[in-house]
Amino acid sequence: MAKRTPSASRRPSTRAVQLRYVAHARSGDKGNTANVGLIALEPDYYTLLQREVTVARVARHFKGMVSGVERFELPNLGALNFLLHGALDGGGTISLKTDAQGKVYSTALLRMEIPVPVGLARRLLRAGT
Amino acid sequence: MKGRVVRVAAGQGFWGDWLEAPVRQVRGGPIDYLMMDYLAEVTMSIMQKQKSRDPAAGYARDFVPLMERILPDLVSRRIRVTSNAGGVNPRGCAEAVLQVARRLGLQGKVRVGLVSGDDILDRLDDLIARGHSLSDMETGRPLSQVRDKVLSANAYLGMAPIVEALGRGADVVITGRVTDTGLTLGPIFHEFGWSPDDWDKVAAGTVAGHIIECGAQASGGNLLKHWRAVKGLADPGFPIAEASPDGTFVITKHPGTGGVVSVASVTEQLVYEMGDPRSYITPDGVADFTTIGLAPAGRDRVRVSGIRGGPRTPSLKVSIAYFYGYKSVGTLVYAWPDAYAKAKAADKILRQRLAHLGLEFEQILTEFVGVDATHGRLAGPPDPELPEVQLRVGVRARERAPVERFTREIAPLVLTGPPSVTGFAGGRPAVEEVVAYWPALIDRREIEPHVRVDILEA
Repeated sequence: MAKRTPSASRRPSTRAVQLRYVAHARSGDKGNTANVGLIALEPDYYTLLQREVTVARVARHFKGMVSGVERFELPNLGALNFLLHGALDGGGTISLKTDAQGKVYSTALLRMEIPVPVGLARRLLRAGT
Repeated sequence: MKGRVVRVAAGQGFWGDWLEAPVRQVRGGPIDYLMMDYLAEVTMSIMQKQKSRDPAAGYARDFVPLMERILPDLVSRRIRVTSNAGGVNPRGCAEAVLQVARRLGLQGKVRVGLVSGDDILDRLDDLIARGHSLSDMETGRPLSQVRDKVLSANAYLGMAPIVEALGRGADVVITGRVTDTGLTLGPIFHEFGWSPDDWDKVAAGTVAGHIIECGAQASGGNLLKHWRAVKGLADPGFPIAEASPDGTFVITKHPGTGGVVSVASVTEQLVYEMGDPRSYITPDGVADFTTIGLAPAGRDRVRVSGIRGGPRTPSLKVSIAYFYGYKSVGTLVYAWPDAYAKAKAADKILRQRLAHLGLEFEQILTEFVGVDATHGRLAGPPDPELPEVQLRVGVRARERAPVERFTREIAPLVLTGPPSVTGFAGGRPAVEEVVAYWPALIDRREIEPHVRVDILEA
């Protein structure tokens, strides 16, 4: 899972870091769509999230699990909101999934890796979650 | 009301929430209103089913014994209640509360405001005949396609009838399908006398309502950021919105309670179930979540300000529930060694047997709890030494018979399948009826003239 992202290989001064070290998250559902609110752990990390957690990367991360991704920015809360369409196998009461209401899609997104400047990456990994 | 704050306290975040919470909100410090949200999307259909068996049922029954516990405190402390506990039978709920009040000797001291008019089940055919398609907001299908299977239909009402009920002196306002946010907006607009088309104020109250409507989920419950540092969750303080006349408010909780109110706890709740943050639509207006300002304001206090909003839409959302079919989920636990491999083998055998029986399902879903149930392939390959894996197989069909037969195919695997299997104490899995949700829109002019507020005296 530690594959280098294209931009990471272009910028050798970065290192792939899981989102769990830079963000916290909560998710919920609306019908067959799960939402994930991704919130910067420190206000400074928001621009990093805004730059690196793109719709394309999130769609690739959840490939085969969702049918479409939308992203909204909330700089005032240091947060991005993602809508993961078709994520809940019908959703609501129809879905047979354990996570029929998408409650833990939040942490599934936190598994994703983004390129982070090496200095910051070292500090983040030392601090843990 | 100049200069003073109005304290709206969350008592229940859903039907089934912690029963001690409302009691502690009432006794643990000063509050003006106790707000209790009971209705999730399909709750109305469950209540409708109960009402069809017993005309006196159809509301959140545990609301009544709860009121029995706290009514004397509510009266002596002059705390008023807003709740959508009425479900599909708000009158039944109101009358049960009045009976409790009389039993407690509170005659003349409790006025119940009863809000009705949200229930449009009996009006559906008329509405469809007059050209309201009530199409599914997600799929666009017209309601006529499932009309004969509809179990409940309710329009989401906003704060207006609650403001009216409070203005007419209600101490306990009981509603059917009023939005979660309306239960908080009502008290604030009543107290401050704000105009219902002051859109920024509507948006502010909506955000306050959204923050507290899920109870402790805004005050440390389910908080991911530094979750180990959240203390005292055995006795969590539920959130309280302290609204000011200038349209700002503070989120807090009673002193001495567990959990935490922080910018992080409030932010996690704000993004919960969020769509487009620029337009959070309620019957009362449209709030822009990208304008919300949060700032720490002391221990367990977060100030919320700067909220902007826009006018309400011409439509109201309608929550329709219809009978869909049947489902069942069976589980078995496989132990080390090769726990995952055994569970996979069992799944294969089970599916072969279901196929040989010629059973037809709309879907069969297998999950391996401990391996992939929550994060799918993102979890990566499992540890080969996993101590155990739970096989979890779900099926769904329009007919009952294949689902019923499926429930009899789980137990036999214990003696006829892979070894080291356990965890079958519960007997055969239950067949569940699937009631599905059908969200639609309707012109608010079809609903609003039917909304009624009655004041009943104990």
